[in-house]
Amino acid sequence: MKIFMTRVLAALTVCLVTSLPAFAFEPKPNEIGFQPPASENMVRLEEFHNFSWSHVNLMTIITAIVIFVLGLLIWVAIRYNHKANPVPSKTTHNVLLEVIWTVVPIVILIVIAVPSFKLLFYLDRTTNPDMTLKISGYQWGWSYSYPEHEGLEFNADIIPDEEIDEYIPEGKGRRMLETYNPIVLPIEKNIQVLTTASDVIHAWTIPAFGIKKDAVPGRTNEAWVRITVPGIYYGQCSEICGISHASMPISVYAVPPEEYEAWISCVSGTGAESKADYPSRACVKTLGFDKYRNLQKASKEAKLSGASE
Amino acid sequence: MNAAHSAAADHAHDNHGHHAPGFFTRWFMSTNHKDIGTLYIIFSIFAGLVGGWFSMMMRHELGDPGIQLAQNGHQWNVWVTAHGLIMVFFVVMPGLIGGFGNWFLPLMIGAPDMAFPRLNNISFWLIVPAFLLLVGSAFVPGVSAELHGAGTGWTVYPPLSSKLGHPGMSVDMAIFALHLAGASSILGAANMITTVFNMRAPGMTLHKMPLFVWAMLVTAFLLVLAVPVLGGAITMLLTDRNFGTAFFNPEGGGDPILYQHLFWFFGHPEVYIMILPAFGIISHIVSTFSKKPVFGYLGMAYAMVSIGVVGFIVWAHHMYTSGISVNTQAYFTAATLIIAVPTGIKIFSWIATMWGGSIEFKTPMLWAIGFIFLFTLGGVTGVVLANAGMDTSLHDTYYVVAHFHYVLSLGAVFGLFAGFYYWIGKMSGRMYPEWAGCLHFWITFIGVNLVFFPQHFLGLQGMPRRYVDYAAPIPPEHLQGALVNPIEKIKWIMDQEYGMHLWNYVSTMGAYMTGGSVVLFILIVFYTLFFGKKASGNYWNVQPQCMTLEWTLSSPPPFHQFDIQPKIK
Repeated sequence: MKIFMTRVLAALTVCLVTSLPAFAFEPKPNEIGFQPPASENMVRLEEFHNFSWSHVNLMTIITAIVIFVLGLLIWVAIRYNHKANPVPSKTTHNVLLEVIWTVVPIVILIVIAVPSFKLLFYLDRTTNPDMTLKISGYQWGWSYSYPEHEGLEFNADIIPDEEIDEYIPEGKGRRMLETYNPIVLPIEKNIQVLTTASDVIHAWTIPAFGIKKDAVPGRTNEAWVRITVPGIYYGQCSEICGISHASMPISVYAVPPEEYEAWISCVSGTGAESKADYPSRACVKTLGFDKYRNLQKASKEAKLSGASE
Repeated sequence: MNAAHSAAADHAHDNHGHHAPGFFTRWFMSTNHKDIGTLYIIFSIFAGLVGGWFSMMMRHELGDPGIQLAQNGHQWNVWVTAHGLIMVFFVVMPGLIGGFGNWFLPLMIGAPDMAFPRLNNISFWLIVPAFLLLVGSAFVPGVSAELHGAGTGWTVYPPLSSKLGHPGMSVDMAIFALHLAGASSILGAANMITTVFNMRAPGMTLHKMPLFVWAMLVTAFLLVLAVPVLGGAITMLLTDRNFGTAFFNPEGGGDPILYQHLFWFFGHPEVYIMILPAFGIISHIVSTFSKKPVFGYLGMAYAMVSIGVVGFIVWAHHMYTSGISVNTQAYFTAATLIIAVPTGIKIFSWIATMWGGSIEFKTPMLWAIGFIFLFTLGGVTGVVLANAGMDTSLHDTYYVVAHFHYVLSLGAVFGLFAGFYYWIGKMSGRMYPEWAGCLHFWITFIGVNLVFFPQHFLGLQGMPRRYVDYAAPIPPEHLQGALVNPIEKIKWIMDQEYGMHLWNYVSTMGAYMTGGSVVLFILIVFYTLFFGKKASGNYWNVQPQCMTLEWTLSSPPPFHQFDIQPKIK
């Protein structure tokens, strides 16, 4: 019996784990909340925002406030309309009441502020980066360099609709989100992200990582991320930057460190890939990183397959 | 306040009959606060139609992924910019401050006119060329000889707005438009401050002033202190563009972030400039239709003062991701959260005013209650965005768009409509049909919520602002377009593996509905002006305990009022 229970638990765990990537790291038509988190940054951000009964979070507080005010308005409309209450009262002051509705919001704000500051300082920067990714925005694309690997830098421009299938297998490419050269990053490493720009201001972001930094000409801004889940992630320029503002996406393949090292030797090696038009894409193809796309099936499909296992 | 002499009003017509100016003199050389107020309101409605047209085009464009209506991304950016600037500077401000402020500030304090009637006239006539310059900027070269218009967003951030991003002269024209609109606001504000401080009827101490006058006073101070900073920032931008300075150009030792600080030092008070007058209007309406004086009058007045003061020390919460230090972000988080306290006082005081009242749900009251609820909703998402950490995810996404449209489009604009229905009888002497006003409210209420509530979802999913096209598969031919087979279309959208199509589609449907409500509003305006029933002097039957001086006059008030100064007990 005990063994049976253990097996059931194990099976459940497997189901759970396999169904996790079902919530792919990209916008979904049927979703109303955040993309699923893929880093500790985003986990904490989500905790601070999403509903939960176990700790302070914004959604619970703001929903309670809105329902409270709506409730009062409905009550007032029912109880104090001119039919229900023909003679209005003459009350114009109530010091206690006014003190309460000044002090209670202050208390609520302090309750919000404490986790808010913790989150803010956590997100700020990493003290011991394992690697650095330098990003420079331009009209309209991103230029990436890996300062630990001399000469490793490339531009990432959007793949137009009609070419997506050429570069991404099985029709799994995402319109408006794919770049010829994707970035490849290792999971479980502290990655320091440095942003700047060569013309106008852009902003670099990956929603699932909980990261967004303006790329400002003449400045270098710092952010960081430690990716926890392998997969393919997308972001889009988040500061208006001209005609093709909507067409400078960010696409990241996050892979285990060994595979990342393989990609590094591929792009900076002397093989055919490194001489290709888009070396990063060529190496991603050669190394078969698109296998991580299979984890990102539509949630419906993946939930079904999870249940059948 | 009810002790005002209504007899004075009755005689005013006779005394001034020989003053009746001709059409041109009356409307183009006006020194009469009511006529200038009327001009402002007409201008605001007209500009509202133009700004609203841009938003309809934008929502139509975003109804489906792909580019349909805009010729290219730049044209889209021009729409975004024009929509923002027009709504802020040429709809909400002229409507609330120039329109209702001019009309009712002198009436409420028992003054015969504004302190500087000619200044008042030029305040209005500066805003017309400002508007023409802004609209004109769309027809001169912007980012290149072929791509016309300023596509910078209403924030006009350099270097996108510098010679680098916009070599054409459209941005220069937009800057001059803002100069003129700014001068207009500053002059108008100086006029209002002077009027309030010097021309109140005997006995009307500051602490007896109606809340709308308080709101206008605080607004006027914000304008005088904030708009010159915008003037400075865009003048520096102008010299950067044309005279080789490098205030915001890193290659010359300048800094684009400096512009952001200057802009938002103006820009944040500006959002309170837009909402405070609406606060004032809502207070009067809630009081009138609950037949109770405003609850906690002093708290209400000083809540507005503190919103105005704190509004000047929170500007960098618009810049959390720009690279300002973490300690600076922490300070601005704390300061921004504080704004929720006086705002909460206002919300609860309005509800307490209704509490124990005898409420009549006339059209203005519907708008006022709608305002209170939707402003609360927009306010709490403001509390979310106030947190710099949280803003990492939400900055420059549709969540922000949803937030500021809830407090402005569903806040300030609801204030405009509330004021319009409340006072149109007083201003025109004719009443709107009550059923039509209610219908207009409900269509608008449902429409705008359909537009903006789903935008929270889009923002959380990560859709950035100011995007002409978004990540989603293009639908098959027979499902393209807004009104084709919505059920099948939504089914198709839900079957896709990815995309932001659904909520954009819903939002666009809401926009069509809201567009319909605007058509209804225009019909109501014309019906009222030509066929509306005659309005009595106190057509809302405002009770003595809620009385303000405009209700002691005829509807419309005489050309010159208060020949005999009213006295306040």
